[in-house]
Amino acid sequence: MKLVIGIVRPEKANDVLEALYQADVRGLSISRVQGHGGELDRVETYRGTTVKMELSEKVRFEIAVSDPFVEPTVDALRNAAQTGEVGDGKIFVVPLERAVRIRTGEVDHGALTPVGE
Amino acid sequence: MIAAQIALADRVSAGDTAWMLVATALVLMMTPALGLFYAGLVRAKNTLNTFMMSIGALGVVTVAWALIGYSLAFDSGNGFIGGLKFALLRGVTFSPRHGTAIPHLLFMAFEAAFCIITAALVSGAVVERMRYGAFLVFMVLWSVLVYAVLAHWVWGGGWLQRGGTLDFAGGVPVEMCSGFSAFAAAIAVGARKDYGRQALLPHNAVYALLGAGLLWFGWFGFNGGSGYSIGHPGVLAFVNTLLTPACTLVVWFVLDLLRGGRVTAIGAATAIIVGCVGITPAAGYISPMSAMLLGVLAALPSYAFIVWRPKTRLDETLDVLAAHGLAGLTGILFIGFFAQLSWNGVSNGLLYGHLAQLGWQALAALCGPAYAFTGTYVILRVIALVMPLRVSARQEALGMDVIEHGEEAYTSGEGAILVVTEGAREPGVAVAQP
Repeated sequence: MKLVIGIVRPEKANDVLEALYQADVRGLSISRVQGHGGELDRVETYRGTTVKMELSEKVRFEIAVSDPFVEPTVDALRNAAQTGEVGDGKIFVVPLERAVRIRTGEVDHGALTPVGE
Repeated sequence: MIAAQIALADRVSAGDTAWMLVATALVLMMTPALGLFYAGLVRAKNTLNTFMMSIGALGVVTVAWALIGYSLAFDSGNGFIGGLKFALLRGVTFSPRHGTAIPHLLFMAFEAAFCIITAALVSGAVVERMRYGAFLVFMVLWSVLVYAVLAHWVWGGGWLQRGGTLDFAGGVPVEMCSGFSAFAAAIAVGARKDYGRQALLPHNAVYALLGAGLLWFGWFGFNGGSGYSIGHPGVLAFVNTLLTPACTLVVWFVLDLLRGGRVTAIGAATAIIVGCVGITPAAGYISPMSAMLLGVLAALPSYAFIVWRPKTRLDETLDVLAAHGLAGLTGILFIGFFAQLSWNGVSNGLLYGHLAQLGWQALAALCGPAYAFTGTYVILRVIALVMPLRVSARQEALGMDVIEHGEEAYTSGEGAILVVTEGAREPGVAVAQP
């Protein structure tokens, strides 16, 4: 079991959702985050005040998957989120010790298998 | 159009002038109100750009109008277009405008506010992807080549006015013109990249409601001022501007209930606009009860079109064609049936025995939209030869506010680092292409 974390451009979030759906990956959380990954600073001006926007908006996907799904998940994230410009984001895959489905108490693989399969 | 009634005053009337000064300011307020309405209907990342398209009209269209547009619309000229006698506002002074008892200068300003909002209306078709600079250029050319021509046709002594077309406050040059220009602009600029693929939802329905409410408020100056006086036509138009939108609003509620079981807020905002548009051409010509019937009828084609249009590939984003084009068309034709000499002192419609009136209304309903559509399409195609009309798909994804204006509507300040104060500007800070 792994936890796949993908940090992507907000405007790519819908494409990623579509790609994950097509890769049969179900069960994920997303959150809006702000971060900095080495892209160029954006300059904004409000009257006399000029600011560098150091942090850009990103969307963070968290997807807990069983081992056979790790590669399809990473591929889907990467293919859908890539534009080729600096600032496309990162994917982290981290080991997952335990997973529990709260409703039934199923653990690990059972907890990660979508309902109805 | 009201000329006959005012007995060709050669003196300026204090009452008329006082009212028209206020009416002009009311109409001018409609443009930022429209900006607010449109800004609520787009996604958060395009809020400022959408609003700025209306604000832009206040700048560039006013300049074009004063330099040449007013003259092309309201100098006598020929049947198609006015002359250049009033170019650069020569001879536009304190003496009364022919056929009114208000200063010519004030008449020009009142009509300027009409041209401004009409140009801003067209932005509804192209928001969220059209480049700001290209849109400003478009508005300048369009206000001179399309708006001024249609205003001349019905108000400036053009062929429709001479023939007998009645258009109280702008069914032809404002409503049908903006609606069918929007139709052409949506085709010329093309759909947003995610149109039909993703749900593109309004980000703030409160803006839409407040914008619509302010537009209705301003519309009392728009229609009520189009009699250019405090006489009967202006009063009738003012009251009809209350009655028609109210009926449209009620009918819209019923249609919403029948379709989805709920009355919607954005539907209500739209209904207010549709009702105001419907009464615009007819405001000073029909009885109050006819105006209420018009409010009912105007809702139907616009509602049907708004439901159907998003299923097509036509990304006429904020439904200018439905709300303005179709409702304006309904109002123009309605005059042909329901105009009543006993109320307007000018002409009867078909129901009161004057068939020719319907003929002239129908002719205006054909030729006005045809000219607006063609003119807009040609202008945009010509601009496209010189500069791109829209931003790249990637910029469109990022949002027009950051790309076109370097600002955001809802900035948190998190992660914002103060760069420099004026005078100590660091040369090293490049304006990054985000």
